[in-house]
Amino acid sequence: MDVAIIGIGLHRFGRSPGLSGMQQGASAVRNALADAGLSWKDMQFAYGGSQDAGNADALVNELGLTGLQFTNIWNGCATGGSSLHAAYSAIKSGEYDVGVVVGFDKHPRGAFNPKPADWGIDEWYGETGMMLTTQFFALKTQRYMHDHGITEESLIRVSEKAFTNGSLTPTAWRQQALSYEEIANSAMISDPLRKYMFCSPAEGGAALIICNADKAHLYSSKPLYLKTAAVRTRHYGSFEVFAPSQAMNVADASTVTASKAAFEQAGIGPEDIDVMQLQDTDSGTEIIHMAENGFCEHGEQEKLLREGATGINGSMPINTDGGCLANGEPVGASGLRQVYEVCVQLRGEGGARQVPNNPKVGYTHVYGAPGLSGVNIITK
Amino acid sequence: MSNQVPIHEGLFTWPSAKPQLLGSRCVNCAETAFPAQPDCRNCGSRETTIVELGDQGILWSWTIQTFMPKAPYKSDETAETFQPYGVGYVEMPGGVRVESRLLPNKPEDLQIGMPMKLDIIPFRTDGTDGSGDQIMTFRFSPVKEA
Repeated sequence: MDVAIIGIGLHRFGRSPGLSGMQQGASAVRNALADAGLSWKDMQFAYGGSQDAGNADALVNELGLTGLQFTNIWNGCATGGSSLHAAYSAIKSGEYDVGVVVGFDKHPRGAFNPKPADWGIDEWYGETGMMLTTQFFALKTQRYMHDHGITEESLIRVSEKAFTNGSLTPTAWRQQALSYEEIANSAMISDPLRKYMFCSPAEGGAALIICNADKAHLYSSKPLYLKTAAVRTRHYGSFEVFAPSQAMNVADASTVTASKAAFEQAGIGPEDIDVMQLQDTDSGTEIIHMAENGFCEHGEQEKLLREGATGINGSMPINTDGGCLANGEPVGASGLRQVYEVCVQLRGEGGARQVPNNPKVGYTHVYGAPGLSGVNIITK
Repeated sequence: MSNQVPIHEGLFTWPSAKPQLLGSRCVNCAETAFPAQPDCRNCGSRETTIVELGDQGILWSWTIQTFMPKAPYKSDETAETFQPYGVGYVEMPGGVRVESRLLPNKPEDLQIGMPMKLDIIPFRTDGTDGSGDQIMTFRFSPVKEA
């Protein structure tokens, strides 16, 4: 049983004063339903999640009490990827024909402040100031630059590209392009990562209507196909967030295993991907994820970035809507925004940010604490 | 009378003239963990023993925390008195890389591969029970050239 995506909806990321996170989720669902030409009562099931904005299944209070199966998913930054995987499985199994996946969130300003006990860690780790995602990404990037000869220039180029793409994306939160110098001179937050190299917690919602591919033509003249959805957690020895210690032998990150599984299931390779979304909580992480997802060798990023390979007109367009850097990260919604954007590109509806030459295969990758990754491959 | 109390039992030997970080080693696969834990996350064995990890190591990666973290951060600092601090992973002879606060808080004073030594330092004063106990934590600082 193949799986089709027949509707996509977004509630613009950023700040929506006066709207709860849940209302932003409902808005995304309504937009996705309108895109598919369906109504809420047509939905047979739903998977959804948020970190700070309440239980997703309470969305029925906004959308209608239709009695559908609604399952809440919470899997850190990979919540959207995990929700989509659950929905993918529900269609694959043949149990359902059509349903919705939704993510939404509304975070307070400033860095996330997770509680150690929620992650199986004792209080001292947070009390002494080591329970910060920003630190982890800086520590991983610092070591990666040392091992693979990546320089600060590459970190700056990733941000420059992100805000350029954001400036071309009407739904992006940050729509102002930033110059190389502005990024290079922005405040150092956590060495080697500067202010304009980090994404910010934000608000927003994203939703997808998915269905049994055999019936997609009943609903949509432009269905896309979800070839695979793979979610993997960390192995012993992989260098991941919220780790008071690391093993001496560094193992592949969860991203590597999720990516390999996805390519294997889809029967294609990295060279077949025309447009991609890679988790860019910060510019260092986007660089690392280029290699961890198999799109280049470790260390090759420096040259690729200098050549503009990851730009909209490049050979491997990454985060065409500006990614997390330009859209911010409402945790529950972020992974689904990635899928939304890849669908926009595959439909050829990207406007000023449209990747040329009729892209046919897209890829999304999300990474979350404490070391899990979700990868989706979508085709025309 | 105030005492020097570890922020968490079992992280390091205390009181001690030459404190050591403590971890656990798996009886089955010999992998080392910090902090010590009863199960092995490599092989799943439930047989581990407490081991000393040493008091010196090599800096494996580092960063500098430039802004004061929100709760659960719990120090005596205020927004006005907060000082940036280093954070890094230190490769210990006991066979594990331990995340730790670092004394240096300027990039020019930190370098991957530099030798580091363990310090046990007062982190905050516990006012909650009026004892005024000093809450002790671990930190690494560069080994001074002789």
